[in-house]
Order: sequence, then C-alpha cells, then structure tokens
Amino acid sequence: MLSDITLGQFFPRKSLMHRADPRLKICLTVFSIVLIFVAGNFWALAFSALYIGLGMVLSKIPLKMYLKSLKPILFLVAFTAVLNVFYGTGEPLWQWGFLKVTRNGLLNCAFVSIRIIVLILASSVLTFTTSPTQLTDALERLLRPLSKLRVPVHEFAMIMTIALRFVPLLLEETEKIMSAQKARGADMESGGLIQRIKALIPVLIPLFVSAFRRAYDLATAMESRCYHGGEGRTKMKVLRFCSHDYLIIGSAVLALGVFIALNLIFPPAIAG
Amino acid sequence: MSEWILETKNLTYQYSAGTPFEKTAVEDVSIRIGKGEFIGVIGHTGSGKSTLIQLLNGLLRPTRGQVLLNGRDIWQEPKKIRAVRFQVGMVFQYPEYQLFEETVLKDLMFGPKNMGLSDEEAAARAREAAAFTGLRPELLEKSPFELSGGEKRRAAIAGVIAMDPEVLILDEPTAGLDPRGRDVLLAQITQYHKKRGNTVLLVSHSMEDIGRTAGRLLVMDHSRAAMLAPTKEVFAKGEELEKMGLRVPQITKIVQELRALGCPVDPSTLTVDDALKQLIPYFKQKLPGKEAGPHAV
Repeated sequence: MLSDITLGQFFPRKSLMHRADPRLKICLTVFSIVLIFVAGNFWALAFSALYIGLGMVLSKIPLKMYLKSLKPILFLVAFTAVLNVFYGTGEPLWQWGFLKVTRNGLLNCAFVSIRIIVLILASSVLTFTTSPTQLTDALERLLRPLSKLRVPVHEFAMIMTIALRFVPLLLEETEKIMSAQKARGADMESGGLIQRIKALIPVLIPLFVSAFRRAYDLATAMESRCYHGGEGRTKMKVLRFCSHDYLIIGSAVLALGVFIALNLIFPPAIAG
Repeated sequence: MSEWILETKNLTYQYSAGTPFEKTAVEDVSIRIGKGEFIGVIGHTGSGKSTLIQLLNGLLRPTRGQVLLNGRDIWQEPKKIRAVRFQVGMVFQYPEYQLFEETVLKDLMFGPKNMGLSDEEAAARAREAAAFTGLRPELLEKSPFELSGGEKRRAAIAGVIAMDPEVLILDEPTAGLDPRGRDVLLAQITQYHKKRGNTVLLVSHSMEDIGRTAGRLLVMDHSRAAMLAPTKEVFAKGEELEKMGLRVPQITKIVQELRALGCPVDPSTLTVDDALKQLIPYFKQKLPGKEAGPHAV
C-alpha cells in the first residue's frame, strides 16, 4: 500500500541526539563529513568513525536501522572499491593481464569504502533523529544570513514545510481516488506500459484537481490569518541552545583536537 | 440459489497484518443480507463501517473469513474480482472527487465501458442512471467540473448506478448537502430501490435518514456487528445505542418520552409524519373545543 512509504526516516525516540538542537546537528553533520574527507590516515579515519559511532549509540536507534540505510549505497561502495583495487601503484601482489592488485590498491580500496560508509552513517544520524519540520526550521535559521542577499530564505523554508506536510495527505487522497475508480472497474494491475499509463488518467486528474483545491484553501486560510511572509514573524518553538548542546559543542572541539593530532602524528595512508 | 445475496462468515480484517502496527478494523462479522433489502449501516466513527463495505465489494481482501455473493466466495478466483465490483457497486464518501472525464456523459460511461459494453449500450445506461439521480439531460454534455456541488454528487452516484449493480452500497451519500438536497437525493435512492428491486446498503450518521429509508439496520460497534435487525427493533433499544455513541431519531425520542408520560403512541415511530398521524387525533380529543391543527400540537 502507498501508506507504507515513509518520507524522511525520522524515528521518534527520547535520546540526547533527539533533544539536541537541530541547527547544531546539521553543523555537526557537516563537521563530521569534513573530518572524514580530511582524514589522511587510518587512525584519523577510525577516530572520526568512532565519533560518529558515539552519535549512533546516543541516538538509541537500533543498529539494524543504520545498516538498512546503507543498503541503497552498497552498489556504489562496491563499484568504487573495485575501481580502487585495480588502480593502485607499486609492486603487484596478483596480476592477470592488465589487471593487477597491489598493496597500495587494497589499502586505497578499504579507505575509500570506509569513508563512504561512515559518510552515510553520519547523515543517517541526522535524518533519523530530526523530524522534517525541525530540519527545515533549522535550515531556515542557519541560512538566514543569505536573506541579506535578498534570497527568500523564509519562503523557501515555508514551501518545504508545506510540501512535507502535504505528502501524507496526497498519498491518502490518491488511495481514496484509486479505490473509487477501482470500484468502477478501473484496471490498474494488468496490461502493457501504455495501457497502465492510460489507466492512471482517472486517478491523476481528480488528484490534480484536489491538489489545486487544497492549495487554494490553504492560501485562503493563511491569508485570513494575516500571513505575509517572514518579516517580523516569530516562532512558537524557538530554537534555543541548552546545556546538553554546549556539552556536544565541547565534545566536537575536543574531537577536532584529537583528530588534528592523529592526522599529524601518523603518515598519510594513501597517495593523492 | 440462496435467498441471501450477500453473506459474510467470520469476516475479519486487519490493517498492516503481521507488523507491529497491526490494527483490527473488522472482527468476526457474520451477517446475511437478502435480495432486495434496504439495509442501513450505522456506527460510531471508527467502528469499522467503511472497512466492512470495502470488504463486501472486494476492494479489500479479508484477513480471515469469507464474503459470499450469491453463495459464492468472491475471492475464489482473485483474477475475477473486477466482476464482483460490477455486481456490488460502491459509492464512496464525497464521490464527486472521482469525476475526471471531459463530459459528464463520458464519466458516467466509464463504469459500463470497463464492463466491456459497447459505446451505445454504455451511453444508454448512463442516460438511464442520470434520470434516476435527477441529473438534467442538458448537463450531460457539460464538463463535470462546471457542475454545482450537488450536481457533481448526483453525477458521481449515477456513475456507479450506470453499472446496474445487484447491490448498491452508498457511504454517506448526503454528507455536506443542504437539507433540501438531502431529502431529494434520499427520495431518489429510495425510488431507485423500489423500481429496480436491487439491494441497497446505506451508511449514514443521520438516524433520521436511516429511520426513513432502511428496512433493517446493521449496527457496527468496536469492529463487530452488534445488531442486525428490523429498524424499529433497533431503535427501540435507545439506551444500548447510546452506549455505542449512537442515538435514535429525535422524533422517536420525543415519542418515547411522551409515552412515558402516558400518551398512547407507538414507541418505535420513526418519522415526523407517523408521529403526527398518531398525536393529532390524541390531542384533539384531549383538548375539546379548541380548533386543533398541527400548529396546536
């Protein structure tokens, strides 16, 4: 059924990561991604993975969910891994025609694979612990400086919020209309491609009509409550840093220190 | 051939069966509906009415139990389920949102053409159905989106009637219509029932509408079929209904109170007209000398 599709992968829980300020979480995710890319050797990479692992543990979301989030990129990981294995330089360990595997290639392969996996895990921590509304809210706040450059930040955030809000509604509506047309004998399960596309017309037209109707209704409702854009608008839930947020900032600073030290002490693992 | 057109046996339906979000919407419902009956379906919001009717025409597949149409399990051959939907016509709530064709006539022909009828036959059926729901012939060539709200509703209902189903299920067909529109539409449905002799299931929250039209009532409560009995019998159990978040028609309540005060009226009176027929002679006799008309009651 259509209702099984979940948009965003927010898992409501009560954990430190859920309570943390969404702005901080976005910054932290960007910070972790930078760490992963700057890491020059295995020690530094392992440390940044550890730091993200800490976030995963604190989120109180089962490991299974995180592993699931890796599924769609497994192909990408495998693809880059294979490429890297064969593009190493140095003494070949194994050779077949023009294909050769070197120690350097194997290391590269491991390094790049870990990098991609940790990258996805880092963004999963963010999307698993932050609701879509919180995310847009935080993005709006973080991007506010851009409004000085006349970028309509508030409007973009509002559009995002409304779009997200309407996804479940439209799904429900689609299901209703599909049932109604099926009750009149519409056949949506059989036939070739063209026939199936044709079978969608009785669903799509009423859906568009109702989407426009909803949009008009929403616009009227917003206007009658004097909505006039972002200027001078206050929030019901004001984002405010709490003690645990400062704790997280502290941990990030500490992690940065350790990371730089590790990066400097140990020699780079891969060339280039 | 059995005299029961629709029958359910231990019908159960669970949403998201087998997952942690499992929710039973219909539980162990065994009912029998006879040919040509007019059944009213009532129940509190969330009592399972909507799920039940979708099971009856094969839009949902039961988790357990059976739905028998003319004595045959409708899921015996899942590939032929579309044929069941032509025999058990279903008008959803706010059906006007299903209109999509260029003209009303084409939209009414959608169902019949899906049945495999020729254009001429489908058009003939569409015109007939339009007449049943009181849709003026000149509207048939218009775009469905030009019609008024009430006309759209009629067009959508006609779209299902055009398939000439043996059983017609209507889910709150009068919701959101003005009082006059309600009365007219209900009268047309009743007329359709009389003329065609088809079986009709009417889901409604209006006890007045149900009291006026249905021969038997199916009461749904907490996913189960709490009662299936003649309308008067069901409405005689006012207290039980109130416990289920339902009530009897207002006129029935008044009549029952009057009876408690010693007025000899039938406690299962369902319509204002019936009540007047009994009460006017009574009060005339009670208040001699005065010219008693309905205004004096």
